[in-house]
Amino acid sequence: MPKEVPRQVYLPRYFYKDDRIRCGAMKKKKLQSQKKEVRTAWIMMAPALIVLGLMQGYPIVRTFWLSFHEMNLKRPQSGFPLVGLANYAKVFTDSRAGVNILFTLKFTVVTVLLELLIGFIAALIMNRAFKGRGIVRAAILVPWAIPTSVSAMMWKFIYNDQYGMFNDILYRLGIIKEYKAWLSTSSGSFMALVITDVWKTAPYMALLILAGLQMIDDGLYESAKLDGANVIQRFTKITLPVARQSLLVALLFRTMDAFRVFDLINVMTGGANGTESIAMYSYKQLMTFLDFGYGSALAIMIFLLVFIIGLIYMFFLRNDLAAD
Amino acid sequence: MNNKVKRRTGWVVFYIFVVIYVLLLLLPFIWQFLTSVKPLNEIAEMPAKWIPSAFNIQFYINVFTKHPFARYMLNSLIVALSATLLSIAVGATAAYALSRLHFKGRKVLLMTILGVSMFPTIATLSPLYLILKNMKLLNTYQGLILTYISFSLPMAIWLMSNFFSQLDKGYEEAAAIDGCSYMQTFFRIMLPLIRPATFSVGLLVFINCWNEYLYALTFMSQESMRTVPVGIALFPSNYQLPWGDMAAASIVCTVPLILLVLIFQKNIVAGLTTGGMKG
Repeated sequence: MPKEVPRQVYLPRYFYKDDRIRCGAMKKKKLQSQKKEVRTAWIMMAPALIVLGLMQGYPIVRTFWLSFHEMNLKRPQSGFPLVGLANYAKVFTDSRAGVNILFTLKFTVVTVLLELLIGFIAALIMNRAFKGRGIVRAAILVPWAIPTSVSAMMWKFIYNDQYGMFNDILYRLGIIKEYKAWLSTSSGSFMALVITDVWKTAPYMALLILAGLQMIDDGLYESAKLDGANVIQRFTKITLPVARQSLLVALLFRTMDAFRVFDLINVMTGGANGTESIAMYSYKQLMTFLDFGYGSALAIMIFLLVFIIGLIYMFFLRNDLAAD
Repeated sequence: MNNKVKRRTGWVVFYIFVVIYVLLLLLPFIWQFLTSVKPLNEIAEMPAKWIPSAFNIQFYINVFTKHPFARYMLNSLIVALSATLLSIAVGATAAYALSRLHFKGRKVLLMTILGVSMFPTIATLSPLYLILKNMKLLNTYQGLILTYISFSLPMAIWLMSNFFSQLDKGYEEAAAIDGCSYMQTFFRIMLPLIRPATFSVGLLVFINCWNEYLYALTFMSQESMRTVPVGIALFPSNYQLPWGDMAAASIVCTVPLILLVLIFQKNIVAGLTTGGMKG
């Protein structure tokens, strides 16, 4: 039986001929099937790609294009000329844009840090088996699930200078001596926005971090305990390193979101008292002043800043993945 | 003995933390609910009166008679539900191709789709406004639905491709041996396998669409076409700060979401965490 002989060595070349043809046929068939696979893939993606291309891709390209042109609908006689980077240069000389970018950065850093802290604590709490854990998890999801504009409205009433709950509770606790108009000062408005944002999104952070914590094997803690590691050592040597990836991902999502903040501020303060975010300013330039060129440049700036933030996180995540 | 006491106090401290946290999460809703059932004169009382002396449903009646709130809810439901169903249908096939089929540029395409979601809503707003205006789709359901599909697709595709890539390769091999085409494999085998996951993703997409504010604010300028988030935000500009009505309205639109969360808690968490884990 030739099959049992290692053919390459003992059999003359012509023995392979038949095989070669069959191999070729198989190759062809495989190639055909590959082609079919590629074609099927594109057919299956077509609807999504068409919608995405038309409703997201084209607008993005168009906004890029607009940002290099002077296009103010209130001055149509200008002929919408190409102005290069003039709109971007304007961002750096426009003090309102500068103030808004700084405010947005401050808002992002403060909210994300607080959310990280509170979210982490909440995740540690929920990582323990205890009675009523289901209720806590449901309660955590509720602020996340309601529309931002609705929570902004609710909190606006809570901060009301005369009949808001915030004043009432602080007054009863003796923290303030008299009722305050929180939303009419710059620091008060900032604090109000931060509290509302943290209330709404720290739970989301907690869920993401919790998923990371649940990957930790309980046995690790047990053996660390046996080796005499104390609570803090167990936290820094086991919990933090293992949860690092999910922490970074949660942070990435939240930072990008916080930097694009619009709904919350628009509904709660309308941008008054120095609380105008860069997205709100871009919106005003586009839809109120109808300055499409400059408004688009601002929108692209937001994207670039978000992109840079994303890259920084990706850098840390990549190091993380390489270490695994 | 000492150890037992220590452990017990530990649990007490732990539960105090838990109760405080849950209370802080729910307090705004409790306050809002109490406000919504207070008689009108008690809302403005100082110091604040927490427990209303009588149960007043006038504000709830106002929400539906003085404001077109039922209409807002209907608009939101139509738009969010259609957008969810369509983006899941369109997204599932794309996610399958992107996660299980082999073709050149697959990774690049997936990253590009994900990259789209990094653009702020504001960056697509004005061109989209002009597109919809030219297609005569401003103030129509179709216009907002189409927008929402495109806005949810990156997330839907990303999450579903994560779910697809967790499936065993053996399913497809077995299907191929049985002579299934790629489409048949997808519809008969792979899709049923990730149906629960699809449901989770659908819930997330639905909540995202239901809560969307900026597109709805810009593309639906007619009052009768407003969605809930925009309608509520524009309450005060039409009428003079009707706190009672607003409290009632926020309770009315929050209750369905609370129910949704309570019933589908597990699915929502599954959807959220898959997206997070794979980064």
